[in-house]
Amino acid sequence: MAREVLNDALITGQQTYQSIDNSIGSMVLDPKRHKKNWYIMFGAAFMLLNFFLVSVGWLLYQGVGVWGNNIPTGWAFDIINFVWWIGIGHAGTLISAILLLVRQQWRNSINRFAEAMTLFAVICAAQYPLLHTGRPWVAAYWLLPYPNIMAIWPQFRSPLMWDVFAVSTYATVSILFWFVGLVPDLATLRDKATKKLPQTIFGMLSLGWRGSTKHWHRYEQAYLLLAGLSAPLVLSVHTIVSYDFAMSIVPGWNVTVFPPYFVAGAVFAGFAMVLLLALPVRAWYGLKDLITMRHIDWMCKIMLATGLIVFYGYILEVFYGWYSANPAELSLVQWRFRGPYAPAYWMLILCNGIIPQLMWVPKLRRHLPTVWVVALVVNVGMWLERFVIIPMSLTKNYLPASDRMYYPTIVDFTMFFGTIGLFFFLMWLFIRFLPVINIFEVKDLLFKMKQKDGPKETHVEATVGVE
Amino acid sequence: MPQIFKPATNYLARASLIGGLLAPLVLGYAIAALSRSPANTKVQVPLNQPIPFSHQHHAWELGIDCRYCHTTVEKSPYAGLPPTETCMSCHSQIWTNSPLLEPIRQSYETGTPIKWNLVNKTPEFVYFNHSIHISRGINCNTCHGPVQNMHITFKGNSFQMAWCLQCHRAPERYLYQDEAHPEVTGRSQVFNLYWKYQAGEELSPRERQILEGEDQGTDNAEMKEKGRALLDKYGVKVQQLADCAVCHH
Repeated sequence: MAREVLNDALITGQQTYQSIDNSIGSMVLDPKRHKKNWYIMFGAAFMLLNFFLVSVGWLLYQGVGVWGNNIPTGWAFDIINFVWWIGIGHAGTLISAILLLVRQQWRNSINRFAEAMTLFAVICAAQYPLLHTGRPWVAAYWLLPYPNIMAIWPQFRSPLMWDVFAVSTYATVSILFWFVGLVPDLATLRDKATKKLPQTIFGMLSLGWRGSTKHWHRYEQAYLLLAGLSAPLVLSVHTIVSYDFAMSIVPGWNVTVFPPYFVAGAVFAGFAMVLLLALPVRAWYGLKDLITMRHIDWMCKIMLATGLIVFYGYILEVFYGWYSANPAELSLVQWRFRGPYAPAYWMLILCNGIIPQLMWVPKLRRHLPTVWVVALVVNVGMWLERFVIIPMSLTKNYLPASDRMYYPTIVDFTMFFGTIGLFFFLMWLFIRFLPVINIFEVKDLLFKMKQKDGPKETHVEATVGVE
Repeated sequence: MPQIFKPATNYLARASLIGGLLAPLVLGYAIAALSRSPANTKVQVPLNQPIPFSHQHHAWELGIDCRYCHTTVEKSPYAGLPPTETCMSCHSQIWTNSPLLEPIRQSYETGTPIKWNLVNKTPEFVYFNHSIHISRGINCNTCHGPVQNMHITFKGNSFQMAWCLQCHRAPERYLYQDEAHPEVTGRSQVFNLYWKYQAGEELSPRERQILEGEDQGTDNAEMKEKGRALLDKYGVKVQQLADCAVCHH
């Protein structure tokens, strides 16, 4: 069977440096580029954001009793959503740092987008641990070691404490990485802008960038250093998040496979979210020449690979329950297979184990609606995974007498959908006010492609010296 | 293309680099300093009362024992504030026409208690108990400062948790026994020290420190050894004295 020829280029169409500047830069500078879709999506996100604000207001007024959490289920939607969002935030660093260090040029047109997604996902994730403390305004001394008037320190032996450092380090490095990468593009926007206000704002943000060799040299060094710093974070953050569970003795949590299984799950969810967002944005803003089928194909493959690791994790969880010969572990496996929450478990297997297998088929990887639906299903599946791990394990513990069912409340749901609103609200603001694709890296890629392919490739016509 | 910024902006940019680094440090320091300052803790800030009651006059010049008014200090968590009748036990006889004492007479006639303003307070989640501290010989002034010198009463110490823990983590630095009167221990020791002071007896430097509310705990190895002996004698379990549940139940 002859395989369908995949358009092999990372940039397609008749592209020049000028056309790249225009197609990306005008999304910021020209409000007319944003059609009805932007306003609809932004309006919907804003509405959901208000869900979030109202739920948080009610939560702070009434206390955490408005959630369904109750002993033995002390962790439920709050921690599910925290882990879910942190996981989604993983693709950004993976694409930016690890793919940069291993010189994968296909990262260039999706890294900015994925990094922004990371930041906003981390912002959403951070809401939950803070709010679930009940009194976030006094949480400072629970979370951060500083010489306080109580002469006490946080519990350094607790993985929850390590989590604070892991996530805040990740957030800091991600912000720096994102911002440093933005500087040359902000300078481009400053130069392209015609009005005073954008000129001033982009001028301030671009930190006096003039594009001299010295500037580029320092930029490259700083970017590489930050990439080196953040590459280990891809592994460490979710490893430490998994310690929150694996370090305890709750049946179903105390499993050594958790760190790699969580990291793979995070990358899996992250790539699914990138696809989920990139596909519509690419279509609505005519960026098909910059985010090409090649990118989508590779992202699908990564999603498939990490999905298989995650599925292996599910199999190991069951194996571990059996192999431990521990009655508590065994009864938890039974609880998952046949208990009252069993539909969530089987949905998880369907969403994360079976449906992603469609990505083996090259034709389906190129069929965008299928890819989008699979990405959506994967994100639902990853949420279910955390549901299966967190409240489901807590409802079935060592003492049958202390087992209680867990039921979420309406506030649990409004807050969850509210953070989705917060995420999309920030995302659509980002699409409106900052370049969604790394302009200078794509131009650099165009130059390199021209150098490499020379006259052979007719579809790439770089006009040197336009800048 | 015209310049967007004036040359002066360069200096502003550099200044903002330094400022951006310094601002969090300065802000952190300011918050730390303010939360420990009398502006927040009210240490040594006299608090106005309905009647300008002077501890200096009653407790020092007249030599009235603390327990005459704060009757329950030895046997209950609360030291106790005196009812109007306690005041009237003297003031029905002396200063009967003083305008300053008008609220006392009003209160006595109408049976409405006087609303004193609380000077020393612990938060409601702290279960502080006066009696245990007194019975282990912790002097009033160690916590309350030089009460016998106060005209209008003020807080002697911050009552912040870090301050409590100075003693709860190292109680041997604070426990004290009068060597001249080895037979007097525990709560008697607390009041014995006052009587010595009142009677003009010779005071050791440590005793003077305690009574002036300046006792910061001793670092003297010999003194600490004596403190440890007292801990054994009183049966204080030092290893659990700084547990959360000791004060927060």
